[in-house]
Amino acid sequence: MSEHWSVASHQHLKAAGVRQIGYVPDAGLRLLIERCRDDNTLETVMCATEEEAVGLSAGAWLGGQKAALLMQSSGVGNTINAIASLIASARFPLFAIVTMRGEWGEGNPWQVPMGQAVEPTLEAVGVRTYRATDEQDVAPMVEAGLRMAFSSDQAVAILVDQRVIGSKIWTAGKAVNG
Amino acid sequence: MTAITLHRRQVLEHAFAERGDALCVSGLGSTTWDLASLGDRPENFYLWGAMGNATMIGLGLALAQPKRRVVVVTGDGEMLMGLTSFTTIGARRPSNLAVCVIDNETYTETGRQLTATGRGTDLAAVAAACGFPRTAMVRTEAEAADLGQLLFHEPGPVAAVVKVVDEDLPMAVPPRDGAHLKTRFRIGLLGEDAATQP
Repeated sequence: MSEHWSVASHQHLKAAGVRQIGYVPDAGLRLLIERCRDDNTLETVMCATEEEAVGLSAGAWLGGQKAALLMQSSGVGNTINAIASLIASARFPLFAIVTMRGEWGEGNPWQVPMGQAVEPTLEAVGVRTYRATDEQDVAPMVEAGLRMAFSSDQAVAILVDQRVIGSKIWTAGKAVNG
Repeated sequence: MTAITLHRRQVLEHAFAERGDALCVSGLGSTTWDLASLGDRPENFYLWGAMGNATMIGLGLALAQPKRRVVVVTGDGEMLMGLTSFTTIGARRPSNLAVCVIDNETYTETGRQLTATGRGTDLAAVAAACGFPRTAMVRTEAEAADLGQLLFHEPGPVAAVVKVVDEDLPMAVPPRDGAHLKTRFRIGLLGEDAATQP
């Protein structure tokens, strides 16, 4: 069995010089978040809403540090004005890893509209999106995306497809990752 | 409740005598004009948009620069929009961060509609409830006299809410090109090489 994508992704974040992680918890990000939290060279900030992590990232950059955002696809909807108004206006770099819901095999209809809107809304506010549909593609995309963000001053989001995360299967009153 | 008598620019001018080398972020609208009125400098990052995000920019900056004081000056409407950040800052508690809310109880830029702070929301009490170790509601000249000490010297995170009269003031307009403000700030703080060759 191959190594989980979070292991190499965490290494790429460190190698790129990322020092702050702004995140809102998600089941699909659990292992990466835990790995970052256990790393005392990274400052991890759990945010109440994903919009906060956008401001955190800009503030870190003003202070000479690189930040990364970790969020679920639903959270993208909470970031749009902050990305447009702050990141695009002032041309801040931005790097995000977004774990997808609302698409491949989704069992919760309330997740579908925002999941479907992730790419068009991010692209509309100037974020370049790259989708990893296979587990082995995630870490190389993270590495390349970090370089684009911080060496080329771009806003970049790596979308981790639901085929990688696994879709939740809803059975009587209980959700399991399938 | 005592009547509101404090004037924002006078209070800030007095407090900012204590600024030293502090880094400042201002919320869009009136507080950006206020900060610019005290004198433009590279260590000011003025928001012209991104409503609700001033305090989180301050948090990212404070964590990146733990040896520098970071002071966010924002308005009551901007703070209400970013209210969740109080919970995030209260959980992390950076000692070098202070938030100053200039509270005139109106959305000044959009036509002076009343905000919730004039109808019961006490932002200093909210910050205290979120875990800020030092908060203040500033209403009097005597309380305002201590604002500089609070914002620039006391261990934080500090949240100071200053109740001010709703008044027309001249706009002091700082540069509005965000990319320029960002790069100017970084060069001032980090030096030319580090700021432009990250």
